[in-house]
Amino acid sequence: MDNPTHYDGHPGAKLRRGSLQESRLVTGLLIGTALIFLALLLFLPLIIVFTEALREGWGRFFEAWGEADAIAAMKLTVLVAAISVPLNMVFGVCAAWAIAKFEFKGKSLLTTLIDLPFSVSPVISGLIYILLFGAQGLLGPWLHRHGIEIIFAVPGIVLATIFVTFPFVARELIPLMQEQGTEEEEAAISLGAGGWQSFWLVTLPNIKWGLLYGVLLCNARAMGEFGAVSVVSGHIRGLTNTLPLHVEILYNEYNFMAAFAIASLLALLALVTLGLKTALEWRHGAELAANKTH
Amino acid sequence: MKAMRMTLSAAQSQSWFRAPSILPGFGLTMGVTIFWLGFIVLIPLGALLFKSASLGWTEFWEIAFSSRTLGALKLSFGTAFAAAMVNAVMGLLLAFVLVRYQFIGKRIIDAAIDLPFALPTAVAGIALATLYGPNGWIGSLLAPLGIKVAYTPLGITIALIFIGLPFVVRTVQPVLEEVEVELEEAAATLGANRFQTITKVILPTVLPALLTGFALALARGVGEYGSVIFIAGNIPYVSEIAPLLIVIRLEEFDVPAATVVAATMLMISFSILLLINLIQTISRRRFGRG
Repeated sequence: MDNPTHYDGHPGAKLRRGSLQESRLVTGLLIGTALIFLALLLFLPLIIVFTEALREGWGRFFEAWGEADAIAAMKLTVLVAAISVPLNMVFGVCAAWAIAKFEFKGKSLLTTLIDLPFSVSPVISGLIYILLFGAQGLLGPWLHRHGIEIIFAVPGIVLATIFVTFPFVARELIPLMQEQGTEEEEAAISLGAGGWQSFWLVTLPNIKWGLLYGVLLCNARAMGEFGAVSVVSGHIRGLTNTLPLHVEILYNEYNFMAAFAIASLLALLALVTLGLKTALEWRHGAELAANKTH
Repeated sequence: MKAMRMTLSAAQSQSWFRAPSILPGFGLTMGVTIFWLGFIVLIPLGALLFKSASLGWTEFWEIAFSSRTLGALKLSFGTAFAAAMVNAVMGLLLAFVLVRYQFIGKRIIDAAIDLPFALPTAVAGIALATLYGPNGWIGSLLAPLGIKVAYTPLGITIALIFIGLPFVVRTVQPVLEEVEVELEEAAATLGANRFQTITKVILPTVLPALLTGFALALARGVGEYGSVIFIAGNIPYVSEIAPLLIVIRLEEFDVPAATVVAATMLMISFSILLLINLIQTISRRRFGRG
């Protein structure tokens, strides 16, 4: 359908190339502009991350990674993602089940509210938890009396990460499950399957690729989040520093090589995420949500 | 439509809230959804509202209209608007090239468009700052021409173009794929040249999607922090964006001031999104889908 050469053989449509397609010169110019723009905007920054990381050789590269603070930051990043991604995954599946499989009032409002975190600045996403749990916050004095630390500690980082990654899984699953309808589950139930049985045996196999897709994007954001986490973390080296925050600290200390060494691992994570995401789109495109938008 | 109304009226006899279904789990999943939404999103955002409301008008306006806050807001919205404009043009061009032409490496290029979504913002930030800095690969080329990118609003705009690009491409691309070629053929048989067909047939069809992409890029740009602060240099009144001002106020333990800047930012962003939604509804009524 979208192959332009198709029209040349179209019966009765003997139109010149110029009226249905751009001239070769214009085509070349458009493709050229697109490629140069992408090279400057996307590829150059990516290349510079790796060249700067290896500027002083592999030895210094591994030295930067051998530092205790870098390893602590890496552990914290993995821990935060390991808590926030599964929680948002469970939430996403629940929200998608309720929204896609049932008809109820206020559905579009609920969908809008789920998307809300995407239109809030990361910095504000961190700020709201300070207003709630911080020393001057609404619950701050109560938490302080009971010795519970949330802000400038790991729980705050986890909460801020959950907020910014909140919509990813739900957003991927809702349109997919709406498209799939309820017939298969209804058949399973009327044949005597229980609710959980029909979920594990009917629904889950249908949504597994979409779920994986959502989790992949959720994880990439959770590990890479900077603004929201930066506000609530307090930047305590070795304790509340995630990898992106560690990159910032090293950069601001003019330790550029080490900053890029840490950054290169995050860039690699982004490339792996992109690769897996693209592979999913190519292989299981039909089993993902119809829209490619995020 | 009729069937839906019938299910709805059937639902009303049973429950005013939802239509009947033999599927189980509504109570459980809805409960989890509402609890998690309330706990993570609504209550914390409510705290922001509560805190701003408790400040009182005079204090609120005093902070919101201080020259430093105004400067930061103007810079954030100005640069985000400029970047979203560039993204609208380049994003449309990229979507058009990806949908209509065949060339070597096209699938890789298509996949690479999402890089700004996947790359952590701090990584993008230090890479752009190094690239456009006075000694960087691009910065050192531009310096002799008298163009300064790093530590100026231009640098901020470039970072926001990077961050916002996928929004426009990914909203326009699926709509462009669905443009009916019959319409283009009809235009051509009626004597339109290619330029006329593109501007008068294709463009109006993708306009609502283009507006959506523009709005998404704008909203993301206004709030963006990580990719901007390194290249911005953060000079008050010159290159200090609104999200950074919030962080600075928090570091000074001035929570009320941080709250006011945040609330003002959110109010302006939501008004803009609402306005764009309105324009979209009108243009969709005139031109069809989006």
